[in-house]
Amino acid sequence: MSDLLTVLVDGILYSSWLFVIAVGLTLIYGVMKILNMAHGSLYALGAYMAASLAGQWLSKGYAPLGSYAMLTLAAVIVGLVMGPLIERGLLRVMYGKDETLLLIATFALFLILEDVIKLIWGVDPFFISEPYGLLGSIDFAGLSYPAYNLILISVSLTTGIGLIYVLQYTIKGKLLLAVIHDQEMSQAMGIKVNRFYMTTFTVGAMLAAIGGAFTAPTVSVVPGMGVEVIVLAFAVVVIGGLGSLPGAALGALIVGLVRSAAVHYLPEIELFSIYLVMALVLILKPQGLFSTVEARKI
Amino acid sequence: MNRVDHTFLSSSGIVIVLLLIGPFLPQWLLFLITVSFGKGLVVLGLLLLMRTGLVSFGQGLYYCLGAYTVGALGMALNLNDAFLTLLLGGLAAALLSFILGFLMAGYRGIFFAMLSMAFSMILYGLLVKTALLGSTDGFNVHVPTFLGMAVAGSWVRYAVYALACVVALGVALGLNRYTQTSLGRLSPAIKDNELRVEYMGASVRRAIHIKYVIAATLAGLGGSLTALTVGHIDPELAYWTTSGEFVFITILGGTGNVLAPFLGALIFESIRSFAYEYSPNTWQMVLGAALLLVIIFLPSGLWSVFKTRPKGA
Repeated sequence: MSDLLTVLVDGILYSSWLFVIAVGLTLIYGVMKILNMAHGSLYALGAYMAASLAGQWLSKGYAPLGSYAMLTLAAVIVGLVMGPLIERGLLRVMYGKDETLLLIATFALFLILEDVIKLIWGVDPFFISEPYGLLGSIDFAGLSYPAYNLILISVSLTTGIGLIYVLQYTIKGKLLLAVIHDQEMSQAMGIKVNRFYMTTFTVGAMLAAIGGAFTAPTVSVVPGMGVEVIVLAFAVVVIGGLGSLPGAALGALIVGLVRSAAVHYLPEIELFSIYLVMALVLILKPQGLFSTVEARKI
Repeated sequence: MNRVDHTFLSSSGIVIVLLLIGPFLPQWLLFLITVSFGKGLVVLGLLLLMRTGLVSFGQGLYYCLGAYTVGALGMALNLNDAFLTLLLGGLAAALLSFILGFLMAGYRGIFFAMLSMAFSMILYGLLVKTALLGSTDGFNVHVPTFLGMAVAGSWVRYAVYALACVVALGVALGLNRYTQTSLGRLSPAIKDNELRVEYMGASVRRAIHIKYVIAATLAGLGGSLTALTVGHIDPELAYWTTSGEFVFITILGGTGNVLAPFLGALIFESIRSFAYEYSPNTWQMVLGAALLLVIIFLPSGLWSVFKTRPKGA
């Protein structure tokens, strides 16, 4: 029984991490119909920036708790710089082209960003583990968990609830829904669609960076850390349904639980199990679990 | 008709020249050309899919399967004949793709890309945990023999090189013929408007299934050749970045001609080797920038630079 509980707790912790890294991807796809392969690189950028800022903060001897603010600040900076840069500089000239061509363009971007990171931060790993150990640990069901996990969960919940609130209850959010629904019509009604695209991409990039920034204390920040993340994020959003927020949450939960069960019971199939689920969902329900029927436009 | 002869003559000529000058080329160049031709074969399959409007981000699945077939045959059965293992590598890919093809034929656009990626990542996940096949490290492939004959050490590389040249030529010409057949001509039609193709009485599903199997077989052959020449295989061959590389080369070369993939692969491998040598930390950036420039300024790929006469399609 306690075994099962461990699987559940691990699964939920992993899910909350997955949700943060995947939600930006699904947001960008939902609004702009771009499957952003550079999402993993933005995640890595966030991690590096966080390691630098928090490292600086701690080495100056300021209050250790402030390092959490630094993690957030790092993500905001990465989002505000990279989002508009990529959207204005690259994606804007590509709108209206084939979805798959955009996919390839973001693949090129991924290649470029991987090296940009190496140029700025070098190839040596960074460690910034202080924020991880700062809060001590909590005993739960006979096992001790680092309390930092609570921060990950609250980041995950905050982004999820925040996004739903913005989309459903604010004017801007409702305008965005209109853009998603019919881009041409909303433009005709006077909505500045281009600006919404830029904002969306910036927020999406920021979410990727938040994922990276809050992961940084738990791992060593090394080149190539975004490469694996991108396929994981793909798996999550594809399972839930591309462009769906509840879908991303459900996808994260499924992938998280499947992986944690695999790790506990059948470690050999850990990696393989996630992609098996992804393939199965694509086979049985190609549009993802949270899909809406799309009317064919003529 | 003129264009067929043109492709036939020029490609045969190139291969004859390559075979003749091969013995005088340095080993690293032989290696570079062999690897490029192996990748060129995979890309040729992608070209076929892309002309049909499909992008696979999972050709690494068949590339890796071909390579591991060659390696496993040598390891388990001590079967090292280059021709036979190459054939079986292609066959293994054909078999798997025939089965998966029933599923894949129903997918388009981004879903086709994602499902193919999922399948290749499944193979990656399996191989990484299979201790028998060396897990993440992979294992070494035996030195191949040729029709039962062992080739003297310094000539092995040339022998595989010659094999790659001949296979590439045969496949390229075969595929060129194929694009002239009615089934081959369905490709651009399916890309333009599937519904009309169905109305005309052709089965889009069946056409895509066949093209998918052809593409996978070519990827299997390419992977087998790579295993034979590199002499080492690891699960990285099935990782999504490997598949991304193939898509990259397809875009770089363009989809206008069956020779474009080989040109693209050669340029890609050259850029990579040299950039890797001179600035190991920026070679990906160079490649990425090149890809972006091609997408934006040369949407039909590098091949379009060489084409003087404008052509429909």
